[in-house]
Amino acid sequence: MTTTALHQLLDLSSSRFPSRIAIEESGGDSIRYDEFTHLSDRVRDRLCRMGVEPGDRVGMCLRKSADGIACIFGIMKVGAAYVPVDPTAPASRNAFIFQNCAVKALIVEQRLESGLRDQFGQFGFAPELIVLDGVGAGVPLTAALERLDAVDPAPAAPSVSPDPSALAYILYTSGSTGQPKGVMLSHGNAACFIDWCSEVFQPNEQDRFSSHAPFHFDLSVLDIYVAVKHGATLVLVEEQLGKDPVRLAAWMAEKKLTIWYSAPSILSLMAQFGKLEQNDYSSLRLVLFAGEVFPIKYLKLLKSSWPHPRYFNLYGPTETNVCTFYEVPQRIPESQTEPVPIGKACPYCEPLVVNEVGNEVARGAEGELCIAGPSDMQGYWSLPEKTANAFLPGHKRRWYRTGDIVRELADGNYKFLGRRDRMIKKRGYRIELGEIEAALYRYPAIKEAAVLAFPDDDGVPIKAFASTRDGSKLSIIELKKFCSENLPLYMVPDHFCFLESLPKTSTDKIDYQSLKQMR
Amino acid sequence: MVSEQEIKETVKNFILKEYLPGEDPAALTDTTPLMTTGILDSIAVLKVVNFLESEFGITIEPHEAVVENLNTLLDMAQLVSSKKAA
Repeated sequence: MTTTALHQLLDLSSSRFPSRIAIEESGGDSIRYDEFTHLSDRVRDRLCRMGVEPGDRVGMCLRKSADGIACIFGIMKVGAAYVPVDPTAPASRNAFIFQNCAVKALIVEQRLESGLRDQFGQFGFAPELIVLDGVGAGVPLTAALERLDAVDPAPAAPSVSPDPSALAYILYTSGSTGQPKGVMLSHGNAACFIDWCSEVFQPNEQDRFSSHAPFHFDLSVLDIYVAVKHGATLVLVEEQLGKDPVRLAAWMAEKKLTIWYSAPSILSLMAQFGKLEQNDYSSLRLVLFAGEVFPIKYLKLLKSSWPHPRYFNLYGPTETNVCTFYEVPQRIPESQTEPVPIGKACPYCEPLVVNEVGNEVARGAEGELCIAGPSDMQGYWSLPEKTANAFLPGHKRRWYRTGDIVRELADGNYKFLGRRDRMIKKRGYRIELGEIEAALYRYPAIKEAAVLAFPDDDGVPIKAFASTRDGSKLSIIELKKFCSENLPLYMVPDHFCFLESLPKTSTDKIDYQSLKQMR
Repeated sequence: MVSEQEIKETVKNFILKEYLPGEDPAALTDTTPLMTTGILDSIAVLKVVNFLESEFGITIEPHEAVVENLNTLLDMAQLVSSKKAA
């Protein structure tokens, strides 16, 4: 079956498997396909009543839950694009995102409402709100819709059949100038990837998919839509549980998951701390990972505990979704010390490796990976210049420049070598080091700041170098607190180093090369 | 029997040495939030739990290793004392 609009996947599965469990939450609460589609219809009707029209944006500031996923489908059914944010991120950052793409309506948990309202108030921005008392099995969402219906009933509205180029969602990623930027993705962008997953992973309604990535992280696209398309059960991993390898490992076995998908970092932690030998993982048939390099020693360790599933490394920036893939061989040679390659291009896209001036390099030479095809994003929200720069100049075809330096190996697989710019990946999240620097410069006592990452097998520690106006050292606790109020937690520097002044190049710019030596 | 004060001092010294080298010890108070500010990330929390277990001869169950029990020195000392008393 070829996917057209993402929300139609739900209606199809709900007519085929009305009484199957669609979503199961960490605590065990669940909703069936018929309940799930009904709830999303009610969200659609309410949004339509609020005046949301095809082409609008609707924000979401909700923890991962059946409520949240019903909202996603309801928003798309009315023809709008959903804009999910990290509910644990600072209100100022989330408010910036909602305002930046001018959401018409916002679905928010009550505990987060006043923080956002305060921020909006400063700019006179006032989207329509649907406020949920909390989240869980669709109950708070149903209650919120009922409260609104009691005052102003929402008549049934039709679901739209959008054009494949219509926006389905906007995911904001870290921006180098200090503000996040919105990657616009259409129904068609996601559909080609979802249909490819159907062919390669052969899911069916018996499958139990993990849903580990939060909504604002593009890994969630696979979990949500592939599971729904096949009438499978989506088993949500609540945020705190998702960070705790010991509890998570036991929970995974108990839930009898068949398909796991996450960034490698949590898999590394489970391999090391999860006491995997104590549990039964015989149901697990696929382990998919993406978002960053999987240190080979921990991948080997994981495979020794879980020898039977098939393992796939999926690669691709948010802007192209997954565009290359690599199946890890049954046995990784003992002597292998390099991470597994990112693999070959998925059949729906075409790769091109170019040099600094944008010309194709000889096969096997190093260069930047560019991707053309139906999964390439529509652009960055209201940033036409950034959008233009994201594609190779002087080409008729749109070649998205990933910024990743790769080399094609003799067997045709691509190997990831590093970045062209100052973006890093930490626990699967994209981080522009410049965004952290911009936050540090807002701290009054800081005169200069430079942020670097020093990746090793155990992670990607971020170190901030700073000088202060009066030459004194600052409290690390104070600085971390300040950062946590202005940045998502995964962007808070792990280490700080205070210098009298930062080293400079001959042109008086901060000398990152010499800072690199100060590990 | 170790007092809560002694537990706090022991954990404080561990956290200062491992995660806040160079910090003024007075800046780390009993109520400084540690998990919600990123001072301790998820791996650091695992290591602190291992430290509490070996240092005080207790077992912390996975469901107890949560922000409510570990966000501050005070929370940690209370968790350890309640385990020692049990």
